[in-house]
Amino acid sequence: MIPGNQIGPGRSGLIMEEPLLWERGAKGRCGMSIPESDVPPAQIDDSLLGEGPNFPDLSEVDVVRHYTHLSLWNFGVDTGMYPLGSCTMKYNPKINEQIAAMPGFAEAHPMLPDELCQGTLRLIYEMQQALCTISGLDAATLQPAAGAHGELTGMFLFAAYHKSKGNKKSKILMPDTAHGTNPASAALCGFKPVKIAVNENGLLNADEVRELMDDETAGIMITNPNTLGLFESNIREIADIVHEKGGLVYGDGANMNAMMGITDMKKCGVDVMHWNVHKTLSTPHGGGGPGAGPVCVVKELEKFLPSPHITFDGKMYHRRTDLPDSLGRVHSFHGNFGVLIKAYSYVLSMGEEYLRRASELAVLNANYIKEKLRGYYYLAQDAVCMHEVVFSDKFQTEYKVSTLDIAKRLMDCGYHPPTIYFPLIVHGAIMIEPTETESLEDLDEFIEVMKAIAEEAKTDPDLLHNSPQRYKVRRLDETAAARNPRLTGGQ
Amino acid sequence: MRYLPHTEDDISRMFQAIGLKGFDELFAAVPASCRHDAPLDLPAPKSEWELIDYMNEIQAQMAVGPSYHVLIGAGRYHHHIPCSIPALMSRSEFLTAYTPYQSEMAQGTLQGLFEYQTLTARLLGVEVANASMYDGASGLAEALLMSLRIKKKETKVAISSAIHPHYREVVRTYFAPTDFEVIELPVLADGRTDLSAAGDIEGLAAVAVQSPNFFGVVEDLSAVSATAHDKKALSLVVFTEAMAYGLLKRPGSCDADIVCGDGQSFGMSREFGGPGLGMFGCKQAYVRNLPGRLVGKTQDVDGKTGYVLTLATREQHIRREKATSNICSNQGIMTLIAAMYMASMGGTGLRTLARQNYDKAEYLKAGLLAAGGRLTYSGPTYNEFVMEFDCDFAAIQKRLLEKKIVAGLNLGQFYENSSNKWLFCATETASRKVLDSVIEEVKA
Repeated sequence: MIPGNQIGPGRSGLIMEEPLLWERGAKGRCGMSIPESDVPPAQIDDSLLGEGPNFPDLSEVDVVRHYTHLSLWNFGVDTGMYPLGSCTMKYNPKINEQIAAMPGFAEAHPMLPDELCQGTLRLIYEMQQALCTISGLDAATLQPAAGAHGELTGMFLFAAYHKSKGNKKSKILMPDTAHGTNPASAALCGFKPVKIAVNENGLLNADEVRELMDDETAGIMITNPNTLGLFESNIREIADIVHEKGGLVYGDGANMNAMMGITDMKKCGVDVMHWNVHKTLSTPHGGGGPGAGPVCVVKELEKFLPSPHITFDGKMYHRRTDLPDSLGRVHSFHGNFGVLIKAYSYVLSMGEEYLRRASELAVLNANYIKEKLRGYYYLAQDAVCMHEVVFSDKFQTEYKVSTLDIAKRLMDCGYHPPTIYFPLIVHGAIMIEPTETESLEDLDEFIEVMKAIAEEAKTDPDLLHNSPQRYKVRRLDETAAARNPRLTGGQ
Repeated sequence: MRYLPHTEDDISRMFQAIGLKGFDELFAAVPASCRHDAPLDLPAPKSEWELIDYMNEIQAQMAVGPSYHVLIGAGRYHHHIPCSIPALMSRSEFLTAYTPYQSEMAQGTLQGLFEYQTLTARLLGVEVANASMYDGASGLAEALLMSLRIKKKETKVAISSAIHPHYREVVRTYFAPTDFEVIELPVLADGRTDLSAAGDIEGLAAVAVQSPNFFGVVEDLSAVSATAHDKKALSLVVFTEAMAYGLLKRPGSCDADIVCGDGQSFGMSREFGGPGLGMFGCKQAYVRNLPGRLVGKTQDVDGKTGYVLTLATREQHIRREKATSNICSNQGIMTLIAAMYMASMGGTGLRTLARQNYDKAEYLKAGLLAAGGRLTYSGPTYNEFVMEFDCDFAAIQKRLLEKKIVAGLNLGQFYENSSNKWLFCATETASRKVLDSVIEEVKA
C-alpha cells in the first residue's frame, strides 16, 4: 500500500491509445439513426447554402469506443479521493441523475406558459425556499449558472442597490484570501478591489475594515470559512462596520459545506450570498461544469433580484417580470435547471438532520487529517480548522521537493492532489478538503500515503520529481503550450 | 445516511485523535450570535423511493412529450438525442471529474475538449473556439465586452433588435454598471436587421446580429461584416439554433470576427432552459482577448502528445481583477455531449438532418399560408417563422391545446404592436401528422 513499493491503490490501469476523432471513421458512416423525412423537400435559395461542416463520419461503435477510451484516462470522485480544497469534491449521488432525467423535467420547454409548467416552477420555488432556510436569508434566485456567475449577479445587485440610493461607489473590500473570481466579478461591475490583509491568525481584523471602509466603498466580499479554512469569527462586527458606512456584505458561499445547519448567514450580517451547488449540494463537476450558483439575499434586497422571479400565490406558481427595481436577467432562461434538480434531490434526501451532520463530518474529517499530518507537513495556521486545512511544502523545500512534486507523486498513489498554490498568501500551499463522504479507513490510507511521500521527499526526491509515471502522459509542458497555442487540430 | 460513512465508533475515535470532546468544541470558532437558533425547518430525509414518488408528483404537472407536442423553439429546440450520448456522458470518469488542472490524470476530459474546440471551430467557420461559456445569452454579453477590449477607444455596441429578447435583456444587465452604450438596430420588412442604422453611430466597437434571428430569418452575414468593418468595428454573430450551420453559410466564412451562441440543439434536452452550452469562437488574432478556458496541445517530458489548459494568464485565477472574464466553471460536460453529437452525426449526417429540419418548417409554413396565414417577414427562414392571422389565433391555440399540441409563441410579450404575431417552430421531431393537425385547425 505504501508508495515506493510497486503496488498501491488505483495505480494500474488499462491505458488504451486513442486517436483524435477526425483520425477515425470513413466518409458516409453515421452514428445516429436519422429518421426518413415524411414531408417533401422544400426549395431553398442556393445563396444561403454553406458547404456543411467538415466533421468526420463515424459509426455508433466508433463513437462509443472513442469516448470510452478517453474516459479511462480520467479520474473522478467515483474513482477515488479528491481532496481539493475549496472545491468540495464530495460524492455525487446516482439517484440525482435519474431524477434529473425524468421526462417532465428533461423535456420541459422553458417558454411554456405558467399553467403548463407548474411542476418546474414548483421545483424552483421549493428550492428557493430550502436555500433560504439553510442560509437564514429571505429570498433567492436560481438563475446564475455557476458560482462565479452568482458572484457576478451579487455584484450587479450591489450596483443596482447603490444606484437606487443615489450612491457613487467605486471600490470594494477584498480579503487577500479571496478566490480569483471575487476580484474578477467585482471588476466586471466597475468596482475596484481594495485588498485587506488577514492578520497573523489568518483572520480579518475589524479595525482594518473600519480604516478602509470609506464613502466610496460599495461593501465587502467575504468567504466564510475563509480559504485558510478558518471561520471569520469577527464577521458580525465587520458587517456592522460596513453597514454603518452604507455598504453591503457579500458572502462567498464556496465553503458552505462547513456551515449547513450551523451558521445563519443573516445573523452573520451577510446581505447577499451565492451557493455552489456543485460543491455543497453534491451535483457533479462534469470536468468543469455545468454548475449552478443560486443567490440568496436579505428582504431589503429582494426587489433587486433577477427577472423573472418565481413566486407562489397559494394556488399557482408564477414567473414575475413586473419588477421595476430588478437588476435584470442573467441567463437565457431559468438557470441550469437540470443541475438544480440534482441539488434539490440532495437536499430532500438529506433533510435537516443529515445536512447538519454532513457539515459536522466534513469539519471532523479535515481536523483529523490536520492532526495526523502535523509534523510531516508545515501547517499554515495551527488552529481548529473548518472543512479544509492548509499545509505547505516548507519542510520539503530543503530536499528540493516542491508542492507540485508532492501533488504529482500523489497521483501515482491513486489520489487526485489537493488544491495547490492557493491561497496565494501561503507559499507553496497544499489545501486539503476531504469532504464528509470519505470514511475513516480512506482517510487513514490517504494519511499514510502523505506520510510516506514526506519520507520519500527526504530519501528519494527524484522519485517525486519524476512523478507521475503511471498515467497516459507524464508531466506536460504548459509553457510551450502557452507560447505557441495549438487550440484546434486536423486541417 | 448512505452518503455518510462514519459510525458512532469512528466519530469517537476521531475526536480522541484530535483531542476534542465533540462537535461543540469543533465549531467553537462560530459565535453563538452567528448560529441558527433552531434546527432548520426542512422536511425529514426522504428514502430513494420516497424521493422518486415526490419528484414524480412534481414532474406530472408538466405539458411534455410524449403526450404533448410542443412546436415552440425560441432558443430551445426539440431534436432527437442518440441513446449512445446519455450512456457515454453518464460515465462517472467524465461526470464526476473536476476541472482538468491536473492534466496528467484528466487527459480524457482534455482531449475531449480539444476535439470539441476543433469541431466547434469547423461548425462556425472560425479559427479558434473556447471550451464553452454558460449559455448563448451570457456568451453574447461577454462577446460584446470582448469587442470593447479589442477596440479600446470605442464605447458603443450596436445589436440587432431581432436578437432573442432574453439575450438582449442579459446584455443590458451586463452593461448596466458600465459606461458603455448598447444601441438596438431596427428590423426591415424582410425581417433582416436594418444595417444602415449603424452607419451614423460613432465610437462603435461591434455590430451584432443573430442568424437565424429570433424570427427565424436568415441574416445576410457578409453584409453585416462589411458594415461593421467599414466602421472599423468587429462583426459579431450570435445563434440559438446550431443545427442551422449544417445547411447554411457559416458565420466565419462570411468574415465574422466573433461567433457565439447556444449549442443546446446538439444532444441536450430542453430541461426548462438549462444547462445548455455557450459556444464561442473568434478569429485567431483575438485569441488572447477570449473569455473562458482553452485547451491546447503540447508534449510531455518524453515527447508524447498531450493536452493542457492554456493561456491561463487571461483568466481570473491568475489575472484576478484584470482577467478577460470572471468565468470559472463553464459547461464542462455539455461540451463533451456536443462533441459526441457532432461526431455521431458526422458532416454527412448533420447536412441531411439540417435539411430535414428546414423541410419540416417549410411544410408547416406553406400549410399555414394556404390556410389563410400571412408571413410577417418576407426573408428566408430556418426552422422558425412569424405569422399573422385574420382569425383569432389565440382561440385556435386553445383548441390545439385540447389536442395536446402547444403551437405558436405570441410575440406581444416581447415587441410592441405584436400581439397578433406568432412564432412557430418545427424540427425533425415534429411529425407530418402533428403539423397537419395545426394546419387543419387554422383552416377550420
